[in-house]
Amino acid sequence: MMSRKELDLWVGVFVAIGIGALLFLSMKVANLSSFSASETYQIKAKFDNIGGLKPRAPVKAAGVVVGRVSDVHFDNVTFEAAVTFLVDARYQFPRDTSAKILTSGLLGEQYIGLSAGGDSVNLKTGDTLKITQSAVVLENLISQFLYSKAADGGTNDNKK
Amino acid sequence: MSRVSEILRTMGARVTNWVWRLGFASRFFWLIIAHSGTSFRRFHLIIREVYFAGVLSLVIILVSGLFVGMVLGLQGYDTLVRYGSSEALGVLVSLSLIRELGPVVAGLLFASRAGSAITAEIGLMKATEQLAAMEMMAVDPIARVVAPRFWAGVISMPLLAALFSAMGVFGGYLVGVRLIGVDEGSFWSQMQAAVDFREDVMNGVAKSFVFGIAITWIAVFEGYDAPPTAEGVSGATTRTVVTSSLAVLALDFVMTALMFRGV
Repeated sequence: MMSRKELDLWVGVFVAIGIGALLFLSMKVANLSSFSASETYQIKAKFDNIGGLKPRAPVKAAGVVVGRVSDVHFDNVTFEAAVTFLVDARYQFPRDTSAKILTSGLLGEQYIGLSAGGDSVNLKTGDTLKITQSAVVLENLISQFLYSKAADGGTNDNKK
Repeated sequence: MSRVSEILRTMGARVTNWVWRLGFASRFFWLIIAHSGTSFRRFHLIIREVYFAGVLSLVIILVSGLFVGMVLGLQGYDTLVRYGSSEALGVLVSLSLIRELGPVVAGLLFASRAGSAITAEIGLMKATEQLAAMEMMAVDPIARVVAPRFWAGVISMPLLAALFSAMGVFGGYLVGVRLIGVDEGSFWSQMQAAVDFREDVMNGVAKSFVFGIAITWIAVFEGYDAPPTAEGVSGATTRTVVTSSLAVLALDFVMTALMFRGV
């Protein structure tokens, strides 16, 4: 049988490396230190079509993640999608910043891309972005392409 | 006709027995909670059991975590490279370990390594009438024997699952970055971008905590309920491993469905 002191030592070692593993998972793997703990401010934007945008999707400016989408719902008055997102307080944007819904890669997830405008007044919490651009919907693109082809074909036939 | 009634009677007896055992197990659970105060005041009893349940499970947990991570690295790379996204290997390895494999495989190993030992020990104490002797000396066996083992399991399980996941991520790193040559920077940065502290790490810890409660509860109950014979103890040990493994898998499905429903 082990002595009490030796037992305490082993259990202490076990608990210490267990907590060490948890710290490793939160710091090195989940990167807790970088984003989630910081201050944020809330911005709203309305889109005609959000495609597949989901809550927790990233908000990027020039490719850098500056925030996360916190809520997506349907506005029953304007019949648009109302998207709320939180931007890290370290990053300030002019009031006439525009928002686009973009896709990372061909099959990747959708995110909001911010392009800064030129206004001297910065966005503050609760503001709504005026200029937005909807997600690209593949079906609409294809039907536009087909219509324009059909229109081209029609004019060509008339000329002949 | 008599054969049909025979079958019905067996079925009825099984169901009654099952409900009876479930009720007994629930009352037993509340008894453990009620007696926990005493065992927390004598914390060295819990520390002793953490040594037997946790420290002695370390080797098997660390080694299997490392190998599971290395296999995930090899298999994940093989699949991801077909889509030209081998840099996402870190995401694949870390998410599958932290969300699922860490808690579940550590839970299954814990059930067979520590759960069976707990059942066998308590069952043998009952068979050799040590528990009865304690009651004779006005020592409550639930406070002295059962509750410390229960809490030791509940404390050890999240730590073991975290160690399993950390070791697995390290194994995936060894194979992916050191052996195959995936870019080290994108391995870690994509992992850090994809893994969320609250959504992934905390949910994994919550899972392992629940598994710890389920496994040790089943283990101490089966031990306490074992028929006081050699055969009874061996049957109870088997039942512990089978029941708690099934409980881990079923609970894992329910918790995953609640935690990760897409949105």
